[in-house]
Amino acid sequence: MKTHTIVALLQDRPGVLSRVIGLIRRRGYNIESLAVGHSETPGVSRLTLVVESEDVEQVVKQLYRLIEVIKVSDVTDDPTVEREMTMIKLHAPPAVRHEIISMCSVFGARIVDVGTNTMIIEMTGTPGKVENFIEVVRPYGIKEMMRTGRIAMVRGTRGHNASEYVEPTTNGATVPVLN
Amino acid sequence: MTKPLTGAQIMCEALIREGVEVMFGIPGGAIMPFYYAMWDYRDRLRHVLCRHEQGAGHAAEGYARATGKIGVCIGTSGPGATNLVTPIADAMMDSTPLLAITGQVGSHVLGKDAFQETDITGITMPITKHNYLVKNVDELPYVFKEAIYIATTGRPGPVLIDITKDAMQKTTVPNWDIKLNLPGYKPTYQGNRRQIREAIKLLISAKKPLIIAGHGIIMSGAHRELQEFAERLRIPVITTLHGIGAIPENHPLCIGMPGMHGWVHVNRAIQECDVLFNIGGRFDDRVTGKASTFAPHARIIHVDIDPSEIGKNVRVDVPIVGDARLVLQALLEDLPPPSELAELHTHASDWMEHIREMQDKHQGKQQYKNRAAMANMALPPHDVYEALSRTLNARGNYRVVTDVGQHQMWAAQLIDWNAGPRTHITSGGAGTMGFAVPAALGVAIACPNDTVWAIVGDGGFQMTNQEMATIVQEGLKNIKVAVINNGYLGMVRQWQELFEHKRYSGTPLSGPNFAKLAEAYGWKGLTVERSEDVQDAIDEAYATDGPVLIDFRVEREVNVFPMVPQNKSIGEMILSESQA
Ligand SMILES: Cc1ncc(C[n+]2csc(CCOP(=O)(O)OP(=O)(O)O)c2C)c(N)n1
Ligand SMILES: [Mg+2]
Repeated sequence: MKTHTIVALLQDRPGVLSRVIGLIRRRGYNIESLAVGHSETPGVSRLTLVVESEDVEQVVKQLYRLIEVIKVSDVTDDPTVEREMTMIKLHAPPAVRHEIISMCSVFGARIVDVGTNTMIIEMTGTPGKVENFIEVVRPYGIKEMMRTGRIAMVRGTRGHNASEYVEPTTNGATVPVLN
Repeated sequence: MTKPLTGAQIMCEALIREGVEVMFGIPGGAIMPFYYAMWDYRDRLRHVLCRHEQGAGHAAEGYARATGKIGVCIGTSGPGATNLVTPIADAMMDSTPLLAITGQVGSHVLGKDAFQETDITGITMPITKHNYLVKNVDELPYVFKEAIYIATTGRPGPVLIDITKDAMQKTTVPNWDIKLNLPGYKPTYQGNRRQIREAIKLLISAKKPLIIAGHGIIMSGAHRELQEFAERLRIPVITTLHGIGAIPENHPLCIGMPGMHGWVHVNRAIQECDVLFNIGGRFDDRVTGKASTFAPHARIIHVDIDPSEIGKNVRVDVPIVGDARLVLQALLEDLPPPSELAELHTHASDWMEHIREMQDKHQGKQQYKNRAAMANMALPPHDVYEALSRTLNARGNYRVVTDVGQHQMWAAQLIDWNAGPRTHITSGGAGTMGFAVPAALGVAIACPNDTVWAIVGDGGFQMTNQEMATIVQEGLKNIKVAVINNGYLGMVRQWQELFEHKRYSGTPLSGPNFAKLAEAYGWKGLTVERSEDVQDAIDEAYATDGPVLIDFRVEREVNVFPMVPQNKSIGEMILSESQA
């Protein structure tokens, strides 16, 4: 099944994320990753969804049925910049630390914490690069790992500014906000 | 208005502002503030006390389906709210504009498993078009306006508003100066003009064109436009279960119902047609059978107001997103003059002749028209329908609500539906047994000048018949119930007979004496066991100034034919002997 990257703008209301997730689940699509946060416009969130589906057009149409979903784009075949971040707590006794440090510098990863026998490494990159890095450090012994999921942005002037879709109110804030 | 009002008063005001006149519900702890406020509005907002929240929900659905206006139902928190789940799901499947109002525990205990707390917004998320949890009294005017707007526009559907008790009790000066902010909700009503011209091109070049008229025709009030369009092109029209009434069945272009229990000539026509124009239907699997084998030779034009329906179940060549009525108007405007339609007309009339020949061969020998096939039965169900059809059409001013099962399919097949839109109301998408009696209550309130018939199985009747008491309490006299009593969960028994070696597990069904039960509720109750008594009973029901139940004790093991087995092509039908 093909993996698709979908970027969506959501009206920032309570429960909107669980609506999106519930819909994806009950329509039987598989979520590979999901990342969501504020966009450039107050009151609007931007979400990146990586989903496995034979029929991505249906996924997009179903998402549009949700009242708070403002704009959905399948950016899989668009020129995009994609990034993911991971934090890895690695088994790192003093003897191997040098090796690990040089590996990190090759991948542009940063060491953000050092304990007696562990290191926490932060690494940001394309999903593929993150994957490679994980494989490279795995032999040392990964104690904990956390990944943010992918975020994607379309290059150049394409893509959508959230302010196109919401109207500013007189007091400077952007409407629709209940709560 | 600058007077402070309680949240509950604001709810009443908001409903009145939106034109709501009737609500169906049951009170309880969390919703009591609303009922307290309702007292002052009782001459403008009629509250109908139902006997079960499911009944309240279906009654609101019946009201909505009969009028096109929003139906409103009310329940308290916890069990009151969960009892509304079935009608909400039903309304979702049948695109019924429904507003469900539920009370919720106080906001200070929300999330603490307080008495009668249930996360009803969580539960109903997948079965509502949208829902709200309101904790702040100031949000009420906005939320009610938005909720009703969403429920009634685009593809209609159910919306639930869950309101904490304290939000109903607190006071505020309501702000009615509301501008809806819905950047993500912009239904498309006008069809794309280029696609419309594309559709016309396809239709004009067709040799075997067909129209499928679905629920969208009824909901958008497009029946006149549909008829004119079909007449100008002379294309045969199929009506789906929810499309019944889109065009009168005695119209020369109407050929009847397709699908699992559709007519042979209709299903065969679909399998033969070269252009299929579906307007307002969603290619439900009960219509298409095995979707990959559906209409194999057809180029398909699909009009739907919900873009996600287009291409969901069958491939579509010309998609048109829009309101059925506006799209038909645009199609009519763009039609070429009759001179350019001559070729289509010739093909269409040959085609129609062919369809009618198939019809004469099969449907002409309908069981009820072929008494010989049922000579040994005291009361074949078909005799009930024949008499009902004759009487309804002779007397006029009727609405029929059906439940779910064999009796529902017989009603769709055997009654001559000549009286236009919103005269046939049933639970289609969800197939909810127990729909008919409470929905008929809602229809009877909406249509006081019509006689409302509920046609219901002995199984479904026993799910919600307590609403007979509501009907009496509300003084409704225009309801007649026909129980098609076969002593079985008949439709399931039919599947067991045909596909499961007659293993009748859990389908033989007993019941009380329905006529006596009706009498106990203050109705007139009649029992009919022989064909020769059917008409008299129906006439007596009409002559009685009050609700009447007729218990038709029909032959027990009769099947609905034709039948397309589940997941088979609609070309593969099981027929009764007389239809083959
Ligand atoms: C609430 C609910 N439960 C179960 C079913 C499954 N079901 C579909 S038809 C049917 C039989 C209905 O029996 P009855 O009401 O007597 O009608 P009949 O088919 O005999 O006319 C059943 C159980 C359903 N549709 N709805
Ligand atoms: Mg039965």
